Parts: sequence; C-alpha cells; structure tokens
Amino acid sequence: MPLFEVFVRPRRGLQHQHAGSLRAEDAELALQYAREIYTRRREGVSLWVVRSSDITASQEDDAPAFFDPADDKPYRDATYYALPKEVKGL
Amino acid sequence: MAEAANELRDAEARFDQRIKRDERVEPKDWMPDGYRRTLIRQISQHAHSEVIGMQPEGSWITRAPSLKRKLILLAKVQDEGGHGLYLYSAAETLGASRDEMIDALQEGRAKYSSIFNYPALTWADIGAIGWLVDSAAIVNQIPLQRCSYGPYARAMVRICKEESFHQRQGYDIMLTLARGTAAQKAMAQDALDRWWWPTLMMFGPPDAESVHTSQSFAWKIKRHSNDELRQKFIDQAVPQAEVLGLAIPDPDLAWDEASGHYRIGPIDWDEFQRVVAGDGPCNRQRLAHHRRVREDGAWVREAVEAHAAKARARGARVGVEGAPDAAV
Repeated sequence: MPLFEVFVRPRRGLQHQHAGSLRAEDAELALQYAREIYTRRREGVSLWVVRSSDITASQEDDAPAFFDPADDKPYRDATYYALPKEVKGL
Repeated sequence: MAEAANELRDAEARFDQRIKRDERVEPKDWMPDGYRRTLIRQISQHAHSEVIGMQPEGSWITRAPSLKRKLILLAKVQDEGGHGLYLYSAAETLGASRDEMIDALQEGRAKYSSIFNYPALTWADIGAIGWLVDSAAIVNQIPLQRCSYGPYARAMVRICKEESFHQRQGYDIMLTLARGTAAQKAMAQDALDRWWWPTLMMFGPPDAESVHTSQSFAWKIKRHSNDELRQKFIDQAVPQAEVLGLAIPDPDLAWDEASGHYRIGPIDWDEFQRVVAGDGPCNRQRLAHHRRVREDGAWVREAVEAHAAKARARGARVGVEGAPDAAV
C-alpha cells in the first residue's frame, strides 16, 4: 500500500502545512483517512495528500553543504545595518 | 439551465460572503472573472516590475565601490529576481501562463512600475533606489499582505520581510555618502533630487483620477488609496532625509501642524503619463534588454529540457529519490 504525505491548511489565508503521513490504497481513500487521522478536532479547512514517492527531497546528510551558501551572507538581513537612533520607520 | 443559474448565484453569494467576512480566496474557489482578470493583471505587472527593476541596479554590480558593497548589491538584485518568481507563481495559480505574461510584457500590453524607466547614473542612485524606491514599495506592499487573494497575500509576507534589507542597505549607502567628503554628499543630494519625484509617482495617479480603484476596494485587493499611501511614505521619508542632512527637492514642502502631515508641492503628472506611455528615459532600453536576455538564455532552457527528456527516456527520475519522512 503506498505511503501518502498529508498537508493541512489550518485556516483560510494560511498555507498548507505538513502534518504527517499515512498508508492508503489510493489518493481518494488517503484523503478520507487523512480526515479521520489528522483533522478530528477541526484542525483544518483543507487537506492535500501527495504520494510520498512523488516528493523529491534534499538529503539530510548533505544538509550542511546544501544550505551553506547562505551561511556567510549576514548582509541579507536588515539588522546587519546599524542605523542612527533618530531614524524612524526603516 | 435554471439549475446552472442557481449554482452560479450560490457561488457568487459564497464569494461575496467570503470577501465581506475578510476571509482569503484560494485558487480552487469560484471567483468572478473580473476578480481573476484584475488579479492576473496586477500580480503579473508586479512581477514584471521586480524583474525589470533588476536592470538599473544590476548595471552597478561590476562598478560597486567595494567588495562588500558588491556582495550586498548582488544579493539584493538576486532577491528581486526571486520576488518576480514568487509573483509569477502566484499569478499562475489563477490560470495565467508564464509565457503569455512575458509576451504581454515584451509586446507592451502589460506595464511595469514606471520608476524603473529612470537610469541609475551614479553609485548614489543605488543608495537612493534602496532607500526611496524600496521604502515606497514596502508602503505599497504592507497592505497587500492582507489582500483577499491568499497566494498573493502570502507572497507579499515573504517579499516585505526581504525588502526591509533592501531599504536598510540603501539608507546605509546614503548615510555613508552624506557623512563623507563634500563631493560624496553632493552626489547623494543629486541622487535624491532625481529620485524624489519619480518615487512619489510610484503610488499612481491622484485618487480623483485613479481608474481601477473602486472595484479593487470592493474586492479587498486594495485597502488604501494612492494618495493615502503616498502621504504615508512622505511622512516617513522627510525626517529620514533630515537625519541624512539632505534637502528634499520641493520648495513647497511644509509641515502641517493641523493635520499632522507634511504637505508637498504639485507632482508633474504629465511626466508620469509620458513615462507610462513609453517615453521615459529608459523604456526602450529596458524592454530591449529583457528581450535580448530571454533570447540569449533560450539555449539553457532547451538544454535543461533535453536533459530531462533524455533522463525520462532512460526511465530515471531527474533529481534525488526519496520521500521526506518515509526513510526515517
């Protein structure tokens, strides 16, 4: 039985967030199961199910090398720039 | 027939209720054609502005005064490209096609912000663009974080967060020049002189003459008028110029105690109309560059497609196999 990843939109205006996974015979049933498993307490207003095998993921082991291009660029954050105290609204 | 008409009426009622309750509209919801068209026009033109906006600043990457400034400018221009991508993707959730949007830009059927038709003549312009143009963009974009269309609103949250770095680095350049030699300070003043009025025009025509406004208000795509947003920007920017020790190029600029706002002199709306109509200093250059880059890059897109097709033929998947949590 294929594995599905479940995404829940907590309320309108927010994006779907990964909630977990489940096994199901097909996508239609995965949606039914997801409702019973992940939204029994009104956790969401919309569900997505995606076959896990359809997700291409970065590798956990490679994460440091994969993401390190961002490590030495603190100037991408606004707080990198010191402002005189009297400046407002920046 | 009657049933279909009833269904449509119900869908319209649901949409109206949703807007009234201040809920977000999501891609799969029914929406009026006019709402969809308005959003596609606005979001795609916003995307075009981000991408065309890479040009005036991009022209200074190789001429930045230090390695540090060069890295910062590269990161900023890269962000603008990223913002364009968030926005094109948001427009695509409405059924717009990327090629069609780009064609509309290149054929002049779609506009982009007229501010990017002005040239960046000196290094101080990079400071003025970050400080003024990005500040104005933020003032425009903050209310769009609550726009009724979910994907656009969410893209704006991301963009506003990143824009705050753009604004700060611009002010930092202005501050450095304003505290430098007399020549550097004069260069900063010259940039402010040239960018001030075009920046005020970024908010669009005065409320009395604005064409698209009233329906956009009803749909909660727009939440503040052009003049309100312009005033908000002016009230922020004038004291910031004072800290720099630079003069706003407006002899009529005055603080109005009664209203608690700065009052400005008349804006040259004829200039605005000329630039929007295609007769700004750089309109032709901006589109010609965009066309050239799209053509020059065609082989890359073709090569990527050919590689993917070959991999498909071999039965391999392009990219890395493995589900996110399945292996854990």
